[in-house]
Amino acid sequence: MRKFSFGKYALPVYAVLAFTYLLIPIAFTFVFSFNDYRRSNIAWRGFTFDNWTSVCEAQGVCAAFGTSISIGLISTVIATTLGTMIAIALVRYRFKFRSAVSLLLFLPMATPELVLGAGLAAQFFNFGTEMGFTTIVIAHVMFCLSFVVVTVKARVASLDPALEEAATDLYGSPSQVFWKVTFPLLLPGIMAAALLSFALSFDDFIITYFNSGPTETFPKFVYTAASKGLPGEANVIGIGVFLLAIAIVLMIQIRSSIKAKRLASVK
Amino acid sequence: MATEFIARGADLELVGIRKEFPGFTAIENLDLKIPAGEFFALLGPSGCGKTTTLRLVAGLEQPTVGQILIGGKDVTDTKAYQRPVNTVFQSYALFPHMTVLENVAFGLRQRKIDEPLVKAQQSLDLVELGHLANRRPAQLSGGQQQRVALARALVNRPSLLLLDEPLGALDLKLRRQMQIELKAIQMEVGLTFLHVTHDQEEAMDMADTVAVMNKGHIEQMGAPEKLYDRPKTVFVSKFLGQSNLFVGKAETPNAATIAIDVAGNKISVPKERAEKHTGTIAIGVRPEKAFFHEEKPNLGADHNLIGPGEIIDIRFTGVSNQYLIEIPNVGNVTVFAQNIGKSPVIELGAQVWVSWKVEHSFGLADLPEVAAEHEPVA
Repeated sequence: MRKFSFGKYALPVYAVLAFTYLLIPIAFTFVFSFNDYRRSNIAWRGFTFDNWTSVCEAQGVCAAFGTSISIGLISTVIATTLGTMIAIALVRYRFKFRSAVSLLLFLPMATPELVLGAGLAAQFFNFGTEMGFTTIVIAHVMFCLSFVVVTVKARVASLDPALEEAATDLYGSPSQVFWKVTFPLLLPGIMAAALLSFALSFDDFIITYFNSGPTETFPKFVYTAASKGLPGEANVIGIGVFLLAIAIVLMIQIRSSIKAKRLASVK
Repeated sequence: MATEFIARGADLELVGIRKEFPGFTAIENLDLKIPAGEFFALLGPSGCGKTTTLRLVAGLEQPTVGQILIGGKDVTDTKAYQRPVNTVFQSYALFPHMTVLENVAFGLRQRKIDEPLVKAQQSLDLVELGHLANRRPAQLSGGQQQRVALARALVNRPSLLLLDEPLGALDLKLRRQMQIELKAIQMEVGLTFLHVTHDQEEAMDMADTVAVMNKGHIEQMGAPEKLYDRPKTVFVSKFLGQSNLFVGKAETPNAATIAIDVAGNKISVPKERAEKHTGTIAIGVRPEKAFFHEEKPNLGADHNLIGPGEIIDIRFTGVSNQYLIEIPNVGNVTVFAQNIGKSPVIELGAQVWVSWKVEHSFGLADLPEVAAEHEPVA
């Protein structure tokens, strides 16, 4: 007779419990996006597709969502462009205070968001800047920049300088070399940095709360709405974003595994 | 933009080149002229400045002082991407995100030449890789990548093709095969090749002219046979093959000969084969030109003879045996003897004399670093 093995059962049980713990809030949000709610979306009142079919009917949900998307896209483009340039400069060029710059770029990542948010707000107040869309973008670019630099820097460091030299040698002007060789080879890193930036920007509440003035972003809307009862439409948007993220991750995974298989088959 | 193919190679001239990097000088003072259509090798140990020279010609580095002329035209201030020069890099530097064919077509597309893909395909056929045109570089072996890099450079018909140790990463057999192919391609296309290498056999085998570089300057330049037969410095005599060197005070026994006295042995060199005629000089001989004798032979004035010494090491290398002979007060002398069936039957510890023809001696311009050193460098 086989001996009872504790490890054989304990590990799967533990894994299932851990995943349940992680997934319950998501499952809850998903289920309640189908709730036929009245004033607050806390008690289950019956199944409906209404929230999904008329997402924008709840007061302010779609406007806030749209604002968050625009802020996310604009700050991602700015942060990714600036961050990529900084990353290339940090790896490829020797200049005074290079290591100091490298270190300083880490600071926004290490500083508590609360401090960053409050500090920025004080700055804007001192300059007499009116808080709103622009100040949110400035704040988001600031904290996304460090993440972009760190992500792209790793990619630049692994790029063989001989490739750019070879392109120069083959009659490529500096801008042609960048767009035909450097950029395509850095693209995976730049894309990862952009996705990360967008996620950080879209998701940010603390820094945004300090610097947004009357502008309503999606996280801010959810926070405010939660106190007086979150509309089910917010759940719909949350789940929508979640599904989109999962789809993107799956797409990347499938693409890279197809590529790996193709490489392996010809070798 | 130049759209015509250059039919033949152009000559390259380096005038008074000096290249300083922060903290050190890579090239001291370099003058060099390579005639059009020649296969020229820059040979030297790592760190001698040969790769820097190549990068200067390619335009990837700027000289601190000096001029670079290609086909008589000053290109010193011309940008790398405007020079009629292409390079085969040591690491091949193939673009990983493009197919082999697109890699080869890159230079043609940049110069907006008609039918880039057709010409790229022809170039790939030349290096016998036409069937792999649609692969990615990562899917090729080292030897295949090397050939793609060569095709990518050759397709542009540059006035000057630069090769930066392109065979360094290949195994010996593939290397010999590529050497033959490279030489054949050079003869076929008639371009000027500037080949940088630290492999003396490769340089002697392929090049029309070899320049031996050391510490940022050219020690000696010439046809491989001439360099080997008459090295002018200690460095060249030891970097290009092996040498036995003897040091002594120069005398002039007759008008045509210089002689030195080494521990009672008179060693002579014809005057026209000696760089230095007075003072303390070094005279050398190649190990395969020396012979040993078990009894003291009776040789004329046209031979040098030293000994007796003791055989302290015998090494079998296939085509020949290497004998190391220790001669008291002189040092160690190496003698190669070919294995032609009747190899000299001699044993470790045997007492021998070493002789060679005076006309095989060469007199050097400088002295070995340690004056007492006669040991050949393997």
